[in-house]
Amino acid sequence: MLKQASKATTAMSLKKGLQRRWRLGEKFIESWIFLAGVLTIVVLLGIIALLLKEGLPIFLDTPPWEFFFGTKWYPVSEPPTFGIMPFFVATFWVTLVATAISVPVGVACAAYLAEVAPTKVRETVKPIIEILAGIPSVVMGFIGLMLLSPLVQSAFNLNTGLSGLTAGIMLSLMSLPIIISVSEDELRAVPDDFRQAAYALGATRWETIRHVSIPGALSGVTAAIMLGVGRAIGETMTVLMVAGGALAVPVSPTEPMMPMTAAIASGIGNAVRGGLQYQALFAIGLILFAVTLAVNLIANRVLERQKRKFAR
Amino acid sequence: MKMNSILSNNKAVGQNETKLRTEAVSLYYGNFQALRNISLEIPERAITAIIGPSGCGKSSFIRLFNRMNDLIIGARVKGQVELDGIPIYDTTIDVVELRKRVGMVFQKPNPFPMSVFENVAFGPRRHGINKIGELEEIIKRSLHQAALWDDVKDKLGQSALSLSGGQQQRLCIARVLAVEPEVILMDEPCSALDPVATLKIEDLMRNLAQKYTIIIVTHNMQQAARASDMSAFFMMEEDRAGVLVEYGPTSELFTNPKDKRTEDYITGRFG
Amino acid sequence: MRAGAISKRQLSQRTAFSLLIIATIIVIVPVLVIVLQIIINGASAISWEFLTQEPSQAGKAGGILPAIVGTFYLMLGTIVFALPLGVMAGIYLTEYAKENWFTRSINLAIINLAGVPSIVYGLFGLGVFVLLFHFGMSLLSASLTLACQALAMTVTTSREAILAVPREYREGSLAIGATRWQTIRHLVLPQALPGIITGAVLAMSRAAGETAPILVVGAAFLLPGLPQSPFDQFMALPYHLYTVAAHVPGMPKSTVWGVALVLLVVVLSFNVLATIIRLRARQRRFNA
Repeated sequence: MLKQASKATTAMSLKKGLQRRWRLGEKFIESWIFLAGVLTIVVLLGIIALLLKEGLPIFLDTPPWEFFFGTKWYPVSEPPTFGIMPFFVATFWVTLVATAISVPVGVACAAYLAEVAPTKVRETVKPIIEILAGIPSVVMGFIGLMLLSPLVQSAFNLNTGLSGLTAGIMLSLMSLPIIISVSEDELRAVPDDFRQAAYALGATRWETIRHVSIPGALSGVTAAIMLGVGRAIGETMTVLMVAGGALAVPVSPTEPMMPMTAAIASGIGNAVRGGLQYQALFAIGLILFAVTLAVNLIANRVLERQKRKFAR
Repeated sequence: MKMNSILSNNKAVGQNETKLRTEAVSLYYGNFQALRNISLEIPERAITAIIGPSGCGKSSFIRLFNRMNDLIIGARVKGQVELDGIPIYDTTIDVVELRKRVGMVFQKPNPFPMSVFENVAFGPRRHGINKIGELEEIIKRSLHQAALWDDVKDKLGQSALSLSGGQQQRLCIARVLAVEPEVILMDEPCSALDPVATLKIEDLMRNLAQKYTIIIVTHNMQQAARASDMSAFFMMEEDRAGVLVEYGPTSELFTNPKDKRTEDYITGRFG
Repeated sequence: MRAGAISKRQLSQRTAFSLLIIATIIVIVPVLVIVLQIIINGASAISWEFLTQEPSQAGKAGGILPAIVGTFYLMLGTIVFALPLGVMAGIYLTEYAKENWFTRSINLAIINLAGVPSIVYGLFGLGVFVLLFHFGMSLLSASLTLACQALAMTVTTSREAILAVPREYREGSLAIGATRWQTIRHLVLPQALPGIITGAVLAMSRAAGETAPILVVGAAFLLPGLPQSPFDQFMALPYHLYTVAAHVPGMPKSTVWGVALVLLVVVLSFNVLATIIRLRARQRRFNA
C-alpha cells in the first residue's frame, strides 16, 4: 500500500517535471524577432503611404492628363504649371542609351566569363567588375563631368557636353555589373549535360554557346537586363551632374536634359513643404517608385522561375 | 549454433518496468501515413533494437519519443506515447524538458564546431550550469561513461572536428550523457563507422544499459542480435506505411520467429 | 569533310570569341581609367592638412575633415540601426517563419525595398524622419534614412549566412534539450557571424557613397565645426564632392579630385575589408 502511494507521488513529480515552462525571457526576445520581420513590410508600406499622401494631392490642382503629358514645368510662374514630359522623355533617352550600350557589352562579357574565359582570367576580371560596382554614383557623375563631357562635346560639336548621351554612357557603366553578374550566374546554371550533348554531336564551343547555353539562359539574361534597366531608371547623382538639367522636352540624346530622378533631387531643396511643387515632386517620386517596382518584381519572378527550371 | 553464441549476450528483461510505451500510434506526414497502429512497451535499462528494411519508418518511430518529428511541417501523431506513464504528446508537456530526459544520437556524427570541452558542456550550460568546476566534473564523468576520456583527456581544447569518426560519435554520446537523460535514442549510430569503431560503441552501449534505457535503430542484423535485449521488427506495407510485425526478446525473435515475414527477413530472403 | 568547311566554322568561332573578349575589355578599361585618373589627379591634394583640417575660403582651401568625420558618423549610424534589425529579421525568416502568405509578403517586401531608387528613400526620409518625427535635417534623420535603404541588404545577407549553417547542428542541439533561441544564440549565430559581418561592412560601404538621400535629408556644404549631436546637420564626402564639382566655381582642380580620391578610398577599402572577412571565414571552415 505504501509502495503504491510512493509510486503515485513519484509519478506526480515526474509529470510535474515535464510540465510546460514559461520561459519568459525567450518569449520576450522572440517577440522582438517577430517585430523585426514585420519591419520590412512596414517600411515598404510606409514609403508607399508617404508618396501617396504627399504626391496625390497634386492631381487636385493639375489633372493627371496635364501632369503626365504636359511639357511645361514652371513651378515658380503664376500660376505654376506641372507637366512632366520633359523629365519622362529625358529618363527615356538616358535609359535607352544606357541599355543600348550595357546590354550587348554586358551579355557578351558574361558569356565570355561564363563559357570561354580560363579560370585565371575570370578570377582577375571579376574583382575588377566588383570595383566598378562599388564606385559611388557621385564619383561616376564626377568622372562624367570631368572626363567624358568634354569628349562628347567635341566629338559631336555641341554647345555643352552635358547631355543625355553623356549621362547614358556613364549609366551604362553602372548597369554593367548587375547585368554581367546575373547573366553570368544564369549561364552557369544551364546544366553541363546540355553542352556535353552538343559537343558529342560535333558542335564547336561557339555553336554550343549560341544554340544551347544562351537560349537555355535566355529568360534569366532577360531578367538581368531588366534589373540593369531598373538601375538606370533609378539612378540620381550621375544624371544630376551630367545630363544637363535643361527643362525642354529633349528631341535627341545629345541635348541637355533632366531625367525624373534629377528633377526631384534638384527641386526638393527649394520646394515649400506641402506646397504645389513639393506635391508634384512627390508625385514624380511615386511614378518612379511604381516603375522600378514593376521592373524589379517582374525580373525577380523570372529569376525564381528559372531557378526552379533547372533545380535537380 | 553461431546465433546462439551471439545471443548469449542478451539479458532477460521481462521483469523490468516499462519505460516507454506506445499504444495504437500512427504517424502522418501531411497525407502520407508513415506508421500504422504501433503498440509496444520498451523496458527500462535494456537495449531495444528496431530492425527492418529501409524506409519502413524506424527512424520516424524513435523520433516519436523525443518529439523530433514536431520539427517536420505537417507531422501528426495519433494514439498514445508515454514516458513513465505520462503521455508526452499532451499539450501541457514541455518539449525541451522531454528532450533532456530522452536524448538522441544521430546516424552521422554531428559534433558542434567547437572544442571537445565545449561540445560536452553545451547541454549543461543551456540548463543553467555555468561554474567551471561543476562543468569539469560533468564533462569528465560523461567522457568516461562514453569511453572517450582516455582518448581526449589531453586535448579537451581541440576542435571536435579533428577527432576520428568513431571518436566523434562517442563524443556525441558523451554530449547526450552530460544532460543526464533517462533514455538514449540511437538512430543507426554505427552505420557511418568502421567495424572497429562499431564494436567499441556496442561495448559502450552494454555498459550504458545498466543505467539508461536504450533504443537503437539498426540495419545490421548481427548488431541487433549481439547487442540488444529486445527486438522489434518493422516492415513497410503496400501503402508504404510502417507496421510492427513482431516484438520480443532478441534471442527468441532470432531463433524462433513467430511471424513468417520476420523469419524471411532474418534469414536474408529479402531486405 | 572538306578542309574549307571546317575552317569556316572555326573562323566564325574565332570571330565570335574575339568580340566577346573585346566586350570584356570595354568593361575593364573604363574601370582602370577611372581609378587611375582619380589617383593621379587627386594624389597631389592629399596631405595631412587636407585630411585633418576644416575647409577655409568657402571650401577652396584647407581640408575636408568634417566631411570625413560626417561620413564615418553616417556609416556608424546606418549600421547601428540596420544591423540588429536586419539580423533579427534574418533570424525570423530562417528559424521562425512558417510557409505562409505573411512570410511571402516579407520576402516580397525585401525584394522591392532593394530596388527602390535612392532619391525615393530621400523623399521618405524627408517626409517621415525630418518632418513627421520632427528630427529635422540632421545626422539622425540621415542615418535612419540610409538604414532603411540598407535594411534589405542586411536582412538578405544575414538570412543567407544563417541558412548556411548545417541543419545537423541544430538537430544535435535541440536533441539534448536546448530551446530554439538557445540553439540560435549559442550555435547558429556564432557560426553565421562572418557572413553577417561581411554584409554589415558592405552596407556601410554603400552608405558612405550615397548622396541622393542625404542631399534631401540633412547634408550641408560648409558647416562651422563638427557635429556635436545626432540632431546637428553634417558634412559628408559624397555631398562635398557633388557640391565642389558642380556648384562651386573656382575650385582648384586637384582639390576636387582629392575629395573624389578620399571618397573612393573609403568606399573601396570597406569593400576589400568585407572580402577579406569572407575569405578568411571560408579558410577557417576549410581547416576545421
